[in-house]
Amino acid sequence: MREAEMNPPALPVQPTPPALACQDLSVGYGSRMVLEGISLEIRAGFWTAVVGPNGSGKSTLLRTLAGLREPRTGSISLQGRRLSAWPRRERARRLAWLAQTPGATELTAAEVVALGRFAHGGWLAHRQAVDDAAMHRAMVATGSLSWARRRLSTLSGGERQRVHLARVLAVEAPVLLLDEPTTHLDPPHQEDVARLLREQAYGGGVCVVSAIHDLSLALAADRLIVLGQQGVIGHGTVREALDGDWLSAAFQTRVNIVDHQGVHLWRPAVPRARPANGASTGLNEGL
Amino acid sequence: MPNRLGTWVACCLAITLLLTCGSLIIGTSSIETSLGWLFSPDAQSSVVLWQIRLPRTVGAWFAGALLGLSGAIAQGVFRNPLAEPYLLGTASGAALGVTLSLIAADASIGALAWTGKLGITGAACVGACAAIALTIGLSRGVLQTASLLLSGIVVAFLLGAVTSLLLLSKPDIWREMQVFLLGSTGFVSWSSATLLGVAFCVCVVPAVLLARGLDALTLGEDTAQSLGLSLPMLRLTLLGVVSLGTATAVGQVGIVGFVGLVAPHLVRETLSVNHRQLLIGAALCGGALLQAADLLCRWIIRPAELPVGAVTAFVGGSYLTFLLWRRSRDA
Repeated sequence: MREAEMNPPALPVQPTPPALACQDLSVGYGSRMVLEGISLEIRAGFWTAVVGPNGSGKSTLLRTLAGLREPRTGSISLQGRRLSAWPRRERARRLAWLAQTPGATELTAAEVVALGRFAHGGWLAHRQAVDDAAMHRAMVATGSLSWARRRLSTLSGGERQRVHLARVLAVEAPVLLLDEPTTHLDPPHQEDVARLLREQAYGGGVCVVSAIHDLSLALAADRLIVLGQQGVIGHGTVREALDGDWLSAAFQTRVNIVDHQGVHLWRPAVPRARPANGASTGLNEGL
Repeated sequence: MPNRLGTWVACCLAITLLLTCGSLIIGTSSIETSLGWLFSPDAQSSVVLWQIRLPRTVGAWFAGALLGLSGAIAQGVFRNPLAEPYLLGTASGAALGVTLSLIAADASIGALAWTGKLGITGAACVGACAAIALTIGLSRGVLQTASLLLSGIVVAFLLGAVTSLLLLSKPDIWREMQVFLLGSTGFVSWSSATLLGVAFCVCVVPAVLLARGLDALTLGEDTAQSLGLSLPMLRLTLLGVVSLGTATAVGQVGIVGFVGLVAPHLVRETLSVNHRQLLIGAALCGGALLQAADLLCRWIIRPAELPVGAVTAFVGGSYLTFLLWRRSRDA
């Protein structure tokens, strides 16, 4: 659509299909429906954060979009083609998924990242220079290169998470689906990951979709998909989400967002701490 | 740790070579006699050395390697360190096959001719394959590992019960069955050693090629799938390898327990490795283990022999107990 505006149509311009889209998606476990009637169009070049309360189906949505769970109804398309119509490895080259708690294993970090290149070579292929380059870039970007030869089981949770992130980046897929990529990370590394996702979206033109628990971090994304217990509350820019107060609707409680010089932050409404000098002893005074 | 791995493999091969030499000079005759045979052969002694002792130890190596390899694959596919090659019901199926063939041979001349052609090993192999087919059929495919494990247990119990009932009604075949049930490397000829060797080559190639799939599985089934692997294809092929490997081994040497369970653990305890290294290591280790057990069972009460399965069960059981003890001490 943007091309059409810049370039007044002499010829009818085919709009590029969205990187990832779903129509009327319903997913359930047993008799319980987790998601119902979800329709989304997610475009490339943006970092989209999926937010919502526990149990609203963030993980389920990502898993379904990744093709790991059959939807009850509805269809999913990846780059304009039905998800299930893609051959397995071609699909894995275009769509990379990061689990919420990826496993610990006896493999070394480099071996784990190399698994991300599986879709490019297959069973019989040997690792090529392209694969090595992609692995190297991914490990540098996530700051995990220095543990390349260490076993995953000997790394801390946060270090492990960064190795798995490197594995996902090493796929060099145009669509990334990341389930809580910042869990286990300390704040500076959360920042690094957020910066990385933004870079992937802007610099690489990648469609980045991540479920994010931390609202302040989610508000740093370009676009939000806000899930409530009743399905999608809204999908749009952060501005639209704030103007429509989608977050309060999703969490069914007042969500305090403050605007700090153009940066939106979530401020928990917690009673103020007691002053350090001990002058005040009454509990109620601090409120 | 490429160097440590190299050392490890070299050690395994050296032990294998030593055991092979050892098994040439240890037998019912004294070591001096055997050494004499080795250096001044006559017609009779060369038959003993090259037609009885050598195929026996070579066959034991291949059978052990098949069991070790199958055990390592089974542990990877089921993502369970307690998985072992017999968990698809192979052992009980083979036992039932042998029982049936012995009973049939007893019952009629026609059946005797027929089972004579098939042989005990053939009957064991057919029984093992039938049991695996039954297990996979019961769990309706290979997608659900939990239900596959459960149907393996069910099949093992069912076939075990049938075998026991048959043995109760025909007590005279009990003695022959015992040799098979406890496992024995005593009847391995060159032809069965060759069969074991061919089966090993057929098994090891796809196993090593698909080892990366087992690596991916350690990250979780969903992650493996998202990497572009076909889980049904991977499981079916690898379980086919396990079935072929165990069915062949059981057919030739009977039900030798614990080698398939212990060999991968021995590798993992000494090296932390990816699956390609683990599979090769477990095969080498399993081979050396069964060779050593074969040598021991000939040595301990010579000139008589112990059943090799009893030796592996005893040694393997003690080793696992030691592992458990050490783990509980460290915890």
